Amino acid sequence: MFDFAVIGAGVVGGLVARELTKYKLSVCVIEKESDVAMGATRANSAIVHAGFDAKEGTLKALLNVRGSEMMEDVCSELGVKYKRNGSLVVGFNDEDKETLLSLIERGRTNGVKGLSLLERDELLKLEPNIGDGVTCALRAETGAIVCPYELCMAAVGNAMDNGAELKLNFKVEKIEKCGGVYRISSENDTIEAKIVINCAGVFSDEIARLVGEDTFSVRPRRGEYMLLDKECGELVSHTVFRCPSKMGKGVLVSPTVDGNLLLGPTAEDIDDKNDTSTTPAGLAHLSALAGEQVKGIHLGKVITSFTGLRATGSTGDFIINSPIDGFINCAGVESPGLTSAPAIAQYVVEMLKKAGAELTKNESFNGKRRPLHYFRELGIDEKNEVIKNNPDYAHVVCRCETVTAGEIIEAIRTNPRPTSIDGIKRRTRASMGRCQGGFCTPYMVELLAREMGLPVTEITKSGGESYINVGKTAKGGN
Amino acid sequence: MANERKLTCIVCPKGCDLTVEFDDAGAIKNISGYTCPRGKDYAYAECTAPVRTVTSTVRCEDGEVVAVKTATPIPKSMIFEVMAAINAVTAPNDVKIGDVIIADVCGTGANVVITANR
Amino acid sequence: MAQMNNQRRADLVIIGGGPAGMAAAVAAYEKGLRDILILERDDALGGILRQCIHNGFGLHRFGEELTGPEYAARYEKQVKEYGIPFMLNTMVIDVDESKVVTAMNRECGIFKIEAKAIILAMGCRERPKGALNIAGSRPAGIYTAGTAQKFVNMKGLMPGREVLILGSGDIGLIMARRMTLEGAKVKAVCELMPYSGGLARNIEQCLNDFGIPLYLSHTVVEIHGKERLTGVTIAKVDEMRRPIPETREFISCDTLLLSCGLIPENELTKSAGISLDRITGGAVVDGERECEIPGIFACGNVLHVHDLVDYVSEEAVIAGEAAVKYINGEKSHGMALNLVTDGKIRYTVPQRITSAEKTKVYFRVANVYRDVKIVVKDGERVILEKKKQKVAPGEMETVILTADMLSACETNATISFSLEEVRK
Repeated sequence: MFDFAVIGAGVVGGLVARELTKYKLSVCVIEKESDVAMGATRANSAIVHAGFDAKEGTLKALLNVRGSEMMEDVCSELGVKYKRNGSLVVGFNDEDKETLLSLIERGRTNGVKGLSLLERDELLKLEPNIGDGVTCALRAETGAIVCPYELCMAAVGNAMDNGAELKLNFKVEKIEKCGGVYRISSENDTIEAKIVINCAGVFSDEIARLVGEDTFSVRPRRGEYMLLDKECGELVSHTVFRCPSKMGKGVLVSPTVDGNLLLGPTAEDIDDKNDTSTTPAGLAHLSALAGEQVKGIHLGKVITSFTGLRATGSTGDFIINSPIDGFINCAGVESPGLTSAPAIAQYVVEMLKKAGAELTKNESFNGKRRPLHYFRELGIDEKNEVIKNNPDYAHVVCRCETVTAGEIIEAIRTNPRPTSIDGIKRRTRASMGRCQGGFCTPYMVELLAREMGLPVTEITKSGGESYINVGKTAKGGN
Repeated sequence: MANERKLTCIVCPKGCDLTVEFDDAGAIKNISGYTCPRGKDYAYAECTAPVRTVTSTVRCEDGEVVAVKTATPIPKSMIFEVMAAINAVTAPNDVKIGDVIIADVCGTGANVVITANR
Repeated sequence: MAQMNNQRRADLVIIGGGPAGMAAAVAAYEKGLRDILILERDDALGGILRQCIHNGFGLHRFGEELTGPEYAARYEKQVKEYGIPFMLNTMVIDVDESKVVTAMNRECGIFKIEAKAIILAMGCRERPKGALNIAGSRPAGIYTAGTAQKFVNMKGLMPGREVLILGSGDIGLIMARRMTLEGAKVKAVCELMPYSGGLARNIEQCLNDFGIPLYLSHTVVEIHGKERLTGVTIAKVDEMRRPIPETREFISCDTLLLSCGLIPENELTKSAGISLDRITGGAVVDGERECEIPGIFACGNVLHVHDLVDYVSEEAVIAGEAAVKYINGEKSHGMALNLVTDGKIRYTVPQRITSAEKTKVYFRVANVYRDVKIVVKDGERVILEKKKQKVAPGEMETVILTADMLSACETNATISFSLEEVRK
């Protein structure tokens, strides 16, 4: 029996779980996938929004601005890459300029600092590669970039280090309440908890329905992205949005904290909550639009494309409430959900306190976590110290991103432990470079099999039936 | 015109276009298009008794695999038979290039030999 | 653990112990150089040849048909007999313009080597799926042909049972046969271009022998499957290489292998500040394979992608011998001929010629052309003409510029390479 069950190990569930471990509570995070950060957290714009976008007075506006203010500290505690690179919303005509001015107004109402309007000549000084048709821009100094799945993994891992439990491959089928306790069941497992927090992303409406709560729905909105080689990562330093207009919201062009360039997203409401495929139309749309905002984007340098599904709630705002005693929704968390996540976690605890929950501080809570990428940031002498103790750190497995066997083994042994090749990839960046695993996948398969004590043929790309190999050749005479 | 066969030579990377002409009895009358004697030989063999070198791997006792080939070409029609024989043997761990791992594989007269040092 | 020695020196550091690096080392040794060091990132010498277990190597070099590992072993034997030092499992992480090489391995940690000359021989890598930007899901079962080759030939693992191959590069064709021999069903090879990217003999012996169809002007437009690949949608493309919607066809398969081109691996070259040829993806070099930084040479697939390892070795000898000349202060830079192409010929290697010595110029054409002649001119003066029945992008061509031809040129002339029709 747990005090809390958090359903969904995305960035919201992870940070909520971590927030709860600051108190003397037992927490279990359950996740239907074979790893954490597998939903919208895995594939989004990786942006910390300044907060001028959300409508005044909404929960989105409140939590966005709060989350944006909290993010740098949270990332620093958790050892997550964060960069306050500032964002720009570029306009192409006078009408856009009007829109930008009203966004600045809205931002100021929301409490966003550091907003200004730039004319083209000022803009060019900041970003020489800005598109030829751009006439003006909103500059938001507090805009930042972060790695969303790294934040999620660090949050879940830190929660685990502080006592939380993580159950993967646990797809909630049934939630029953008996005698003040929730029984949460998957096909072959059951846990009990006094309080359930629903952080199930695009599936949060379905989870809510399991307890009879049917006041909202969540629709997946497909957002397609393209990621470009690091060669293109310095084309712009700011995140460059397009001014929203009759033509739609446009896409963004942004550096990532790892030095790549990200283009996206498209926006398309779809029905299938599992459909993370990319489409020819979507990719073509991105290619066409991005170039208007930023010059010199070379699509031959695309190293991967992917789709994220945003959890678009039917109310238009975040749905954070407790409709039933002991059941809390953190639903409809679409953009700016990543930015808001630390604030949502705090907000949930405030809700609990207001409702009279007795929360005793966990004195042994340690919110710090060593970043998985600490090794690569060391100087040569420090690296050599590490190598002296463990030569695996001198064995480069992924040559494009220079990831060593030492870092991979450490990631495999660190909470939340990866169980697949993609899991290692997200933790270490191994195979995320320009060759996309062409050289290192066979070696990673061997390392993971050895560490997990499994035959190599059991290793998957991403859990389930996603086997990398289907058998062996040359059976031999035995 | 009807009695000719076009081939791509596989002897070397040039990949010459070869033409083999047959007489009414089906015997080879003329070979053209080759740029070396090996090409001519290939065309002849290809139209009479085509052969191929098979390359593959065998499992060693320690579970690793090591590369092998048929030291001389074998009849094309026996490729899969030879593969089955290759996949049914286990090699010692300390094999070296040239070691015979199957002598006279499937009665073809060709030995299967190791092609990589371990 | 051995004491870490983080500063070393060597006359010649060779980065990469594959066919190019080993041949360069052997050539340098045979020219009298002794202080050579080969740095190899893998656990054995041989490079990519170790997994190329098929035959067809060495006809030019050794006059006999060898498999990849056998070809590599010939050079490895030579390196060892000469006692040329090499370090395995050693990754070079930086090369700077002053010829300091930074590398790391388990025994020494991270260390620096000051070199008098460097030969870049890092080889190439395959174009990954991301670069092709195919729509659809991202399941397991999509590999480059080379990754599949490593699984099958080095690890004894079978990456799939029902295979579609995109791209008709040689590795893809070789893997079509290899997977078939191991019991997989190869459904087809799709090639975006109207001609194959691989050698004609590989179409013959890897596809035709096994009845595997080659669909030219076809591509994969969508990937299906949530966990493991369940199939792909292919389509014919028009002259502009755009998929034709009416021709979409679903092909069920659990594996998609990609053989869509090779890219020279020049991250280190770039870190040294050496500029690259936009077409080859390799450094701009002179006839002796010297880059724009004196004393840094490049050879093999890191410079431009070769069809045949025999040519790689040949080029490596040029670089190895030139490096010795450089170290001995004997390398001449008497000329500055600039080689330019007409578009039908896409590139030449070398791009510059700095001495009036016999130079073999390698190049590739942009399309399949029949009945043409290769024309080399110094201004309007024709230096050389060579007739060809057929040229194709998949096959590297060469011409030899003799010392006499070069001596007749102005020291900073522009030498143009073009393809002209031959009237029959």
